[in-house]
Amino acid sequence: MSFQEHEKQHIEKNVKRKLTDTELQILAAEWSEHCSYKSSKKHLRMLPTTGPNVIVEKGYDSGVLDVGDGFVVTVHIESHNHPSAVEPFGGAATGVGGVIRDILSAGTRPIALFDGLRFGNIENDAHARWLFKNAVSGIADYGNCLGIPTIGGEVEFDECYKNYALVDVAAVGFGKKSKLIKNHANVDDLVLLIGGSTGRDGVGGSQFASDALEGEDRSAVQIPDPFIEKLIIEAILECRDANCINAMKDLGGGGLSCAISETAESLGIGIELDVKNVHLRESDLSPDEIMISESQERMLIISDPNNLSKIKEICDKFRIQCSVIGTVKEDKMMHVKNGDETIALLPADFVARGPLVDREKSKPEYLSKLPSSPSSKSEMSFSDILLKLLSSPNIASKHWVFRQYDHEVGIRTVIKPGFNGSVLRLDNGKFLSVKIDGNPKHCYIDPRQGAIGCFEEACRNVVCTGATPIGMVDHLQFGNPEDPEIFWTFMESIEGITDFAKFLDVPCVGGKVSFYNETSEGPIKPTPLIGVLGLIEKSPLLPIPPSNDDVILLVGETKDELGGSEYYEYIHNFIGGVAPKVDFSESKKNMKSVLSLISKNLLKSVHDCSKGGLAIAISELCIFGKIGCKIDLSSSLSYEKILFSESHSRYILIINKNNLNAIKSILSDDQCSFSEIGIFSGDQIIFESGSNQILELRVDKAENNYLNSLGKIIQNG
Amino acid sequence: MKVGVIVFPGSNCDRDMHHVLTDVFNLNAEFFWHEKNLPQDIDAVVLPGGFSYGDRLRAGVIAAHSPIISDVKKLAEKGIPILGVCNGFQILVESGLLPGVLLKNESLNFMCEWTNLIVNNNQTPFTNKLELNQKIPIPIANGEGRYFVDDESLNELKKNNQIVFSYENKVNGSVSQIAGVCNSDGNVVGMMPHPERAAEKAINQIDHKPSSLIFESLIETVGMKN
Repeated sequence: MSFQEHEKQHIEKNVKRKLTDTELQILAAEWSEHCSYKSSKKHLRMLPTTGPNVIVEKGYDSGVLDVGDGFVVTVHIESHNHPSAVEPFGGAATGVGGVIRDILSAGTRPIALFDGLRFGNIENDAHARWLFKNAVSGIADYGNCLGIPTIGGEVEFDECYKNYALVDVAAVGFGKKSKLIKNHANVDDLVLLIGGSTGRDGVGGSQFASDALEGEDRSAVQIPDPFIEKLIIEAILECRDANCINAMKDLGGGGLSCAISETAESLGIGIELDVKNVHLRESDLSPDEIMISESQERMLIISDPNNLSKIKEICDKFRIQCSVIGTVKEDKMMHVKNGDETIALLPADFVARGPLVDREKSKPEYLSKLPSSPSSKSEMSFSDILLKLLSSPNIASKHWVFRQYDHEVGIRTVIKPGFNGSVLRLDNGKFLSVKIDGNPKHCYIDPRQGAIGCFEEACRNVVCTGATPIGMVDHLQFGNPEDPEIFWTFMESIEGITDFAKFLDVPCVGGKVSFYNETSEGPIKPTPLIGVLGLIEKSPLLPIPPSNDDVILLVGETKDELGGSEYYEYIHNFIGGVAPKVDFSESKKNMKSVLSLISKNLLKSVHDCSKGGLAIAISELCIFGKIGCKIDLSSSLSYEKILFSESHSRYILIINKNNLNAIKSILSDDQCSFSEIGIFSGDQIIFESGSNQILELRVDKAENNYLNSLGKIIQNG
Repeated sequence: MKVGVIVFPGSNCDRDMHHVLTDVFNLNAEFFWHEKNLPQDIDAVVLPGGFSYGDRLRAGVIAAHSPIISDVKKLAEKGIPILGVCNGFQILVESGLLPGVLLKNESLNFMCEWTNLIVNNNQTPFTNKLELNQKIPIPIANGEGRYFVDDESLNELKKNNQIVFSYENKVNGSVSQIAGVCNSDGNVVGMMPHPERAAEKAINQIDHKPSSLIFESLIETVGMKN
């Protein structure tokens, strides 16, 4: 625990006395980067956060979107990187637990989980495989037990995460607008702590996460207990239905210190609490440890004293503990007592609003040194290259992962994981489409365009299901922000995301920033992750496998943008070149036109074209339909570019011949660039240019590589 | 007619089952917390899936000692139709109402995937509207779904026609690919796959009719009795 010079001055200026040890501990937790967002807060304000669907209330930890007919959807995203790098099972599991409680805090039931996982190279690194395997087990163990389906996500491997792990979890909730918790408190209301007991696990976790990972500080890693979490969810929702909750907050990073100070600050109240009333796992916990423990599965509730007996009755039913730890005061102070002795007494806003810092930024030197193209050509044929790419862990099917997650429970999952966006049915007859996307390879080469690209890709995926984007969440993960070059990449990313969000009119309804993601080899590549929620008013476009004679139209332009592509990195082991850039007006035009084609029932299905480029997108469709294709590549670009460039704003339309003319005329009217590139037929994936055959691959061979590679690496590794 | 859906601490398919019974099949279904009593005049009981007690010790073993299980046993003796799905099946096995045991899947992993069931016994209250050998596309979602009995008990099960469902393909290493069994009277049925996840067109785009017949069989049975 240590404070920076400007923080010491801030303390001296505001508190004219020596701080107690407890106060120092509380401030160290709350003012950590993890809790205070001291480097990023000023800049996050640039993101557009309002819109016709957005509902804003005091103290929400999740974004709330109105989906009509009296219903709302809530969403939040978090990461649990440091803990997962030390103890992947527990770290990933508690990551799931934390984000779920943020959804619960708003008074909504969590209905779906998504996770973005990133590790080192699992093909040659046994430790990376161990991290990957156990993080997946941790997520499965936790989500499955709760009965919350994990319905989507992404998995990526890159050398930059060697000995490290990024575990990002997004959760979606659903509920009635009338049952949202409208956080408020009256003087003399009771402050209750419900759920798991407070122990030594996770002491100092938020500070641990606000520094580069050096030692394996296991006590800073929390221990998961999904069974208690499940009981808390049901108990809290019963308390909500009985109107017993005035305000609610999850205990996460910074434990009680953060929950108390942030609640008091956001509601403009004071809270007096006695640590002796906190139910403990270990009787010899010191008051300071109680205040900063990050033990999981705990919720803070503010309730009218008249409701206490009802709350106790509900907690008794579920056999979970409930302690009255304090009361609401008028004085806006955070007052912590240990029996009769006052051990901390500070203004709540002073604690909750840590001093922000201005970080220097400068364009990283590496950017001007990146080579523009590989020095030598590959000896391999395009057919062999495609076959190899299909087995790349970044491209191969993630079936091995998502079959370990219960993605059906809740019986809302209309479009299952593994293909574009996942779709949930809602109780008002509408559907919610969700996708999360990241792309550190693009972001490393061009932080701004890379971040916009992740955003566009997530939008594209929900559009492919027939959904209109209505909100987004962002999770920005970088190395040490004190390094001006890293901070520059952060600023580029957030500015890019802001520009695109404003252009599309898609508000940012939640997010998180995670800094200090460093490995022994240096910082991770910039890894912003964007989650997009889309709403479908009538019915989703289901992924129907292509069949014989279906025509393939490619909407959008393929450009000379191989930088950061899987082709450059996996085949050529080459980092450099020009990363894909989103053309804003093309992006909007294509989204709009594809959505209008879907709403007119003209399309059989649509597939997003992204990682691995056109060759991979087409192969995925062939594998899905167990059918070959014949594609004509005539273009001014070289074959490798047209096959593997990962240019954005592209959609592959699978259509019945009879609809071809109607579709073409709509696309022309909308001024979208498109081309009819071929048909599905036979049992070979064939790409040609005029009479020149470029690539030929049997679908069953492609399928074998695509479906089984990831499982084989894990099993044989 | 009234169907009781039992809720244990950690049940998580209870609301799904209730939704299908009420909203899809218009049955009168009611939740019963595991510490409550079941009314004697109830027409059928469902033990839904989930992770009762977080699967601690062994899936289903703690819930099998819940107060409500003694009522379930009495109703079972009276011939009332009782269905256990997934964790509900594990609880019925652990409480001795059904033979056998459910072990960790051969893959040692949780498995969530669609599979085909084959109907082996269409004489139970939950299968009487299905054809023998009819295929049912249905999802499984479990970590401990591998059915096991010794050879002697297996012969007994076959002799008494107690194998209700089997998997079309090898899925998890179950003995004789068994997916569901019944008691010797045939009124208590347990199955690992989830019929409540397959009985609606919106959720089951392959074919929701076979799973619907599991619920329609119950309506047929109880309707006839009334």
